[in-house]
Amino acid sequence: MSTKSLSAEYLKGLWDENPVFRQLLGMCPVLAVTNAVINGIAMGLAASFVLILSSVVVASIKKLIPTQVRIASYIVVIATFVTVADRFMAAYFPPISKALGPYIPLIVVNCIILGRQEAFSSRNSVGRSFIDALGMSTGFVLALLVLSSIREILGAGTFLGMQVMGSWFKPWIIMILPAGAFITLGILLGIALLVEQKTRERRAS
Amino acid sequence: MNLLMMFVAAIFVQNYVLYYFLGICPFLGVSKKIDSAVSMGMAVTFVMTITAVVSWMINHWILIPYKLDYLQIVAFILVIASLVQLVEMFIRKISPPLYQALGIYLPLITTNCAIMGLALLASLKNFSFLETVIYGTGSGLGFTLAIVLMAGIREQLDLADVPEPLKGAGIALIVAGIMALAFTGFSGMIN
Repeated sequence: MSTKSLSAEYLKGLWDENPVFRQLLGMCPVLAVTNAVINGIAMGLAASFVLILSSVVVASIKKLIPTQVRIASYIVVIATFVTVADRFMAAYFPPISKALGPYIPLIVVNCIILGRQEAFSSRNSVGRSFIDALGMSTGFVLALLVLSSIREILGAGTFLGMQVMGSWFKPWIIMILPAGAFITLGILLGIALLVEQKTRERRAS
Repeated sequence: MNLLMMFVAAIFVQNYVLYYFLGICPFLGVSKKIDSAVSMGMAVTFVMTITAVVSWMINHWILIPYKLDYLQIVAFILVIASLVQLVEMFIRKISPPLYQALGIYLPLITTNCAIMGLALLASLKNFSFLETVIYGTGSGLGFTLAIVLMAGIREQLDLADVPEPLKGAGIALIVAGIMALAFTGFSGMIN
């Protein structure tokens, strides 16, 4: 139904419709797990896994689902993949699973995932939904990576556990605290809007 | 005493919004006016208390005895979704004025991660039945406190001169950050 090329379908998730910076979806995990880069990456990959597989499944069974119960059906599909991701993390990466705590099961209520099923996969072909989910996931992982890098570098002076700041650097404890998450994301949102405005002005002139 | 401490901790120290980052969507979305923030907070507190009770029963009477705890995520989300529907129908029948007040906020709660988070955290912390109820109510009140405070600040913020790109969500997040910082002051209260 959509006439966009496949590459445009992928790229829109990176910036134009970036789930975090442009659509303000899925904020809870974004704020909660970005105190260290490794947690951000693990969260991003887990959410991507769930989003991509649910999109493919929903797109392939969309004709079988009656409209009245579609939301409930999507939730069951999503919850199944979240359970898989949760068990997998607990079995193979116990320390990360412990650090992320309830936030992996909480992917089930992440609005990005349900939002994509409702807005995209339920109306588009399997291939297109896969590409769309891939793009959205990349955008989500990128956002988590940016936020967690800023917070870990400023808050602990490290990146992925490696020391990157010199010994002169005094870590800003606030960046690791919840307050740092809110303030950093707020400023990043402002920057994203500013960039968007500037590009629009340039395109117009 | 222990229960009282837990109640206070759930409201101030481990505030759902400012400490666990749960329920950020309604926190940012419904915090423009104090009236609607109060209604949303009440609706959440109400559903949270019921969810705490029901999820505890499901967990301890069905999932654990039959070794089905790997179905926890699926079970909780389905229970919460149907529970919200039931509560909505029930309130509409029993108390139309309350339904008018909570009305549109109830369905929104299904996708509120605070509710799901409560069910998961309570089972993660292995609370007893009474503890779960106290924890559920306290967490709901904590959410109400945060969202009402936020609405009060945002009503004033409308008159402030905020830089153009930060308007809306940007400044709201920064304000939330400063609030979270203030709330960390409470953490000395309980150890």
